[in-house]
Amino acid sequence: MSTSAILAEDLHKQFGSVQALRGVSLEVPTGTVLGLLGPNGAGKTTAVRILATTIRPDSGRAMVNGHDVSKDPQAVRTSIGLAGQYAAVDENLTGHENITLVGRLNHLRVPAARIRATELLERFALSDAGDRPARTYSGGMRRRLDLAAALVTQPPVLFLDEPTTGLDPASRAMLWSVIEDLVADGTTVLLTTQYLEEADRLADRIVVIDGGAVVAEGTASELKSRLGDTIIELTYPHRAAVDAAMAALEGHHPTRDPAGAAIVRVVMQDGPTTLRSVLNRLDGALVPEAVAVHEPTLDDVFLTLTGAASTSSVIGPSTKQSKKSKNSGAQ
Amino acid sequence: MTTQLTTPSAVTTASVGSTRHEAPSGGLGWAVRDTMAMVWRNLVTVRRVPQLLVFATVQPVIFVLMFRYVFGGAIKIPGVRYVDFLMPGIFAQTVSFGAINTAVGLAEDRTKGLIERMRSLPMSRSAVLAGRTLADTFRNVFVFALMTIMGFLVGFRLHAGVLPFVGGMLVLLLFGFSLCWLFAFIGLSVPNAEAAQAAAFPLIAPLTFASTAFVNAESMPRPLAFWARNQPLSAAVGAIRACVLGGPTATKVIISIVWSLGMVLILAPLAIWKYRKVS
Repeated sequence: MSTSAILAEDLHKQFGSVQALRGVSLEVPTGTVLGLLGPNGAGKTTAVRILATTIRPDSGRAMVNGHDVSKDPQAVRTSIGLAGQYAAVDENLTGHENITLVGRLNHLRVPAARIRATELLERFALSDAGDRPARTYSGGMRRRLDLAAALVTQPPVLFLDEPTTGLDPASRAMLWSVIEDLVADGTTVLLTTQYLEEADRLADRIVVIDGGAVVAEGTASELKSRLGDTIIELTYPHRAAVDAAMAALEGHHPTRDPAGAAIVRVVMQDGPTTLRSVLNRLDGALVPEAVAVHEPTLDDVFLTLTGAASTSSVIGPSTKQSKKSKNSGAQ
Repeated sequence: MTTQLTTPSAVTTASVGSTRHEAPSGGLGWAVRDTMAMVWRNLVTVRRVPQLLVFATVQPVIFVLMFRYVFGGAIKIPGVRYVDFLMPGIFAQTVSFGAINTAVGLAEDRTKGLIERMRSLPMSRSAVLAGRTLADTFRNVFVFALMTIMGFLVGFRLHAGVLPFVGGMLVLLLFGFSLCWLFAFIGLSVPNAEAAQAAAFPLIAPLTFASTAFVNAESMPRPLAFWARNQPLSAAVGAIRACVLGGPTATKVIISIVWSLGMVLILAPLAIWKYRKVS
């Protein structure tokens, strides 16, 4: 058996007139996490559905845990867990019954499925709600239940399709730590997400897809290093100082924190020269509480890659699937 | 000696089931077990949302009252009290309207992502649909019981005894089961539950009303009368009616059973094919 838990080669899939995948190749080494990143409609879910055997590719080949998804889908199904984009829980069953049902349909015996359900409810902090119908659950609880059901057979390969979309930060943090635990136990994970923070935190490698094709791949820092802008981040104790600092930095195009924190950001256009000039202007009460120099975030990478893809300035991905742009190079 | 002593403990260890899959999937045994799991799931839903059952009986109750007391006086069926003619038709109407539930339920499972999850599981490809159609058949048993009581309250009487009546109901349940497969196919062919409901009615109406369920076919225009005499719901009504009123029953029962089995043989593979294809 290969050391790749998931291997996809040149997958194509068309829905009616929509070309959802136009030659996607992926490789996820056993025990690692691949983040599949892309905007809505990029083909993330289609790729996951092919790998999870719920749809067939028009062409291309994919192996999951050593089994061919087209030739032996039942063998693939015994190796995987799938937690979908919207929590696929049965609202009228209790949490315990939901997991038991998925266990039974995974061909566990009923008592074994029940024991496993109890364990999983405990692990996902749902024990108290375990005997309530799932329709009474909050969004975060449903996602946890959905993920718990996907884990009923302790599958070696896990597909998580936007597991935290629409969740509040606390629920998201909880799911992240659960996923990290699973990876620590050796589970291979393919995670699709629109949240770059999520991919940054969980994924060993990232594949960015857009318009059904891979536009970039690498580790988070590799992807980020393809972008030039480094950012100076100035933190103040309160918001009043931010206004004064913004005024003082006129000419450096300072920006406020979009979330409203007392932070001012300046693009380090001329390297250390910019930093020196910025700090020179901030004296007296304007001396910031903290100064940080940040490499670009994955959000920047994401926007550049997917936004630029249509105007042919894709940042040189080394993959075969890249559509164009040998000349446009970096920047 | 030593080996004999250690044997029991070795056996115990082996018999403690792991949480892994017990066997590769496939085979009739697993198909049956998966179907049982799905039946269980669907019946739990009925128990948890009893309103569904109440709604399932409200419509036939209204029809009983309407035909018994509003139209009934104006409808003359030679040689039979109308209420005894009517109730077999009502029972058939109950299963045909109830079959819409199959379409709606499957469409709902699909929009909620449950079908997608099931398709990623190593379960039998037919179990989701078989579990649904069987559960809906069990539900029909319950609705039948309620409707029978309702019938007795408005004057319905058995003329051929209890056993033929029970036999006739079984024939009708089989017809309902075959109809559920048609609606399983429809439920998987439409985008959502509302569309399933909308798509179901145009099929149900000619089947239920252009039939011999409520009136004889004699007064209908010829082509319509031909349809009304030779369609599966009328065949089922004919069977249960004969079982209620007495007289020759065997042919009518056999015709209905042949219809139902024929429908299952054609529609079940079609619906399962749709389940495999649906995306």
